[in-house]
Amino acid sequence: MTGAGLAAAPGRAAVLPAWARFAARRTLAAAAVLWAAATTAYVALLLAPGDTVDILVGDGPDTPGIRAGIVAEWGLDRPQVVQYLSYLWRLLHGDLGRSYQLQRGVADVLAGQVGPTAQLTLAAAGVGVTLACVIATATAGRGRLARGAASAAELASVSVPPFLIGIVLLAVFSFTLGWFPVSGAEGARALVLPALALGLPIAGVLGQVLRGGLERALEQPFAVTARARGLTERALVTRHALRHALLPAVTLAGWFTGTLLGGAVITEALFGRPGLGQVAMRAVTGRDMPVVMAVVLLSAVVYVTVSTLLDLAYRVIDPRTRG
Amino acid sequence: MTAVHGSADARPSAAAPAGPLVAVEDLRVSFGAAEVVRGVSLSVAPGECVALVGESGSGKSVTARSLLGLAGPGAAVRAAAFSVAGRDALAFREPDWRRLRGSFAGLVLQDALGSLDPLRTAAAEIGEVLSVHGVVPRRARAARVLELLAAAGVPEPALRAGQRPHELSGGLRQRVLIASAVAAGPRLIIADEPTTALDVTVQARILRLLAERRAEGTALLLISHDLAVVASVADRVLVLRDGQVVEQGPTRDVLSSPAHPYTRSLLAAVPSAATRGARLSDGPPPPPRRPPGGDVPVLAATGLVRSHGPRRAVGGVSFALRPGETLGVVGESGSGKTTLARLVLGLLDPDAGEVTLHGRPWSGVRERARRPLRPSIQLVSQNPLDSFDPRHTVGRLVAEPLRLPRRERRARVLDLLERVGLPPGTAARHPRELSGGQRQRVAIARALGPRPAVLVCDEPVSALDVSVQAQVLDLLAELQAERGLAMLFISHDLGVVRHVSDRVLVMKDGEAVEEGDVEEVFLRPRHPYTRALVAAVPRLPPARPSRPAPSPSYDHPERSRTS
Repeated sequence: MTGAGLAAAPGRAAVLPAWARFAARRTLAAAAVLWAAATTAYVALLLAPGDTVDILVGDGPDTPGIRAGIVAEWGLDRPQVVQYLSYLWRLLHGDLGRSYQLQRGVADVLAGQVGPTAQLTLAAAGVGVTLACVIATATAGRGRLARGAASAAELASVSVPPFLIGIVLLAVFSFTLGWFPVSGAEGARALVLPALALGLPIAGVLGQVLRGGLERALEQPFAVTARARGLTERALVTRHALRHALLPAVTLAGWFTGTLLGGAVITEALFGRPGLGQVAMRAVTGRDMPVVMAVVLLSAVVYVTVSTLLDLAYRVIDPRTRG
Repeated sequence: MTAVHGSADARPSAAAPAGPLVAVEDLRVSFGAAEVVRGVSLSVAPGECVALVGESGSGKSVTARSLLGLAGPGAAVRAAAFSVAGRDALAFREPDWRRLRGSFAGLVLQDALGSLDPLRTAAAEIGEVLSVHGVVPRRARAARVLELLAAAGVPEPALRAGQRPHELSGGLRQRVLIASAVAAGPRLIIADEPTTALDVTVQARILRLLAERRAEGTALLLISHDLAVVASVADRVLVLRDGQVVEQGPTRDVLSSPAHPYTRSLLAAVPSAATRGARLSDGPPPPPRRPPGGDVPVLAATGLVRSHGPRRAVGGVSFALRPGETLGVVGESGSGKTTLARLVLGLLDPDAGEVTLHGRPWSGVRERARRPLRPSIQLVSQNPLDSFDPRHTVGRLVAEPLRLPRRERRARVLDLLERVGLPPGTAARHPRELSGGQRQRVAIARALGPRPAVLVCDEPVSALDVSVQAQVLDLLAELQAERGLAMLFISHDLGVVRHVSDRVLVMKDGEAVEEGDVEEVFLRPRHPYTRALVAAVPRLPPARPSRPAPSPSYDHPERSRTS
């Protein structure tokens, strides 16, 4: 806090501009979080009951050759500290290890799956944010009927679990109307229903938060000043109020990253799409520890990246938060 | 002060077409079942300055905003006749209003409430008016914004244009608001409490700026609770109470020989040198006050220094407060008044210097050593609501500092509430349900509970209407007379300080620039800063000598009987 106060003082003689110092601080913090995630995964492996080699083999084929490979890769014949440090060293070089069940490198297993999952989650986030913005700006401060209808729709989309939304969407648009494919990941049409199933609950929550924020902003004195300049309500919402309403919405975005990743597992299963969700499911049920550890690390990377970006977004939206 | 004579006739009539800019008859505004404006008639002629005066809830702001079609959501506005810019406003639809807002009439709101969008730069806010009304082509907009800022008296306009409200001082924000209100060259400025919460010297500059706009022919509708502010700029004044005009006329007549009892009581409630030792509100005459006595100061500070980071908030302040005495502390925002209060209360430790309470060391000792003495120094703050736990009842709030067995506690709480003029039923209520004046009474009751010798009052009446302020000041005076309380009375309002204080300490940038007997300091200020402060205070015109009432100033016995 005092740091922020000092930085705000005029005539500061810092070596780096404020944003660069902020970015440096955030990057350091992000690295620390990733290190903690990697270490947690490692400790989980150590604490799991049974021999480490047995755990790493999992349900896969078990031959003396494979066992020797595991011992060599993980350095299990060397001291604990060396094992841990060499694990980190491998991660630092982007080596996620080897899945002994699939007989392939973990990075190789994941590589083909990241794309479809990224497509799905980004599309869902897009659907959620767009719908929320449109509905909130269209209904904020409007008549009771419009707000009531939007509110009810939002409540429904939040309370119904995504898989049920998915099933209903499938039943109506694929089985009955035949507009969209039932499963698969070929082409944009196959993306529509899964993105809706995953994005609608986000639209619901985000829409409510945005409308609340808009309505609060529209009651502020500066809204009266803006109206007194001759602005239309629409201009008032888009030029002034929306930016204020975005602040709580950005905070929520951190939360829905988790929803998206978790929801992707179910949505991918339901719509028969390839993706990280499918891989994670198989790895967990098949006790393929190297893959599970890699998925944990990957989600940590996504989380850290998203939250860093959101912090930066906060500073762009609200200059008062710049230290 | 140049504006005291009626100017509608003094002004060259060629400057504007005939007919008022706005005229409304029997204006009624209601929100649901509550009618907040009940039959107000008013008109503003070109170049004229009309003031709406009233306390909170009098309907003055709603009246003013109705003139722009901005009474608010859910407001039902009716009138017998309503013309704006020569057109029938009763037939207006939203787009009609919108075309007039900003271009025909600009609205200046009180800055302290956040009337500028905190996320946007000054240039964006002013430029918006230019773009909405297409005043200048887009290319010329940035240059025009700088001109407007300069015309509004903003120094370094190029720097300020890129800054946001949190980077600007209160005075600069108010100037930006004015610049944006006049950007499209309106013929009428509606200013709603444009100087409230500003320091007195800043207020003087803002009033001068508004007077300049008027000199250029812009009409002004000024809304204020402050009669003295109105006196210095308005041609005509309308006094509002409960949504009705109780009195109107040329400013000088209304303020120097008020006809309505409410106007008289409003004027009587204004504290000043003339009201010293007298009641400001209705009631029995105050009890005689014991002269402050004793050579041993109850509270003393020597060479207090305290810095916040690199900034020196208090730099070497000394004073002594004798039992039963009131020491006023005046100064503008940022002068270190509140830091001084915290040092004195033992809530902050000084970097250098010393505070003694009852002759014993008070600063620089451990809290454990301070605690037994804590009851003898208590605080009344500006905004009591913030100092109350919102979930506690009034009874619990007042009981908290009392060290009494449970059985006696309740009786003592009721006693204290009665003493500050609150009914016993108040004990069961929550602070949020009370009015501002009642809350301040609760805060005083809580401060009195531990039977203090010193009361530190930090801007105790700044958030109150003038009539409520009068009651609270009277209450403090009574309590002081009764109990021989010593008071450290911090205020930015020179009139209030002059009314209550025996001696006064003038602070600037953390230093005490002048100290002495209150009349001596105000009548013969030695330090240039004190002189500037005293000169900046807007004054009420003296009561008219031709009136049968004998008193040459607003004198007390006459006034305490009014209404």
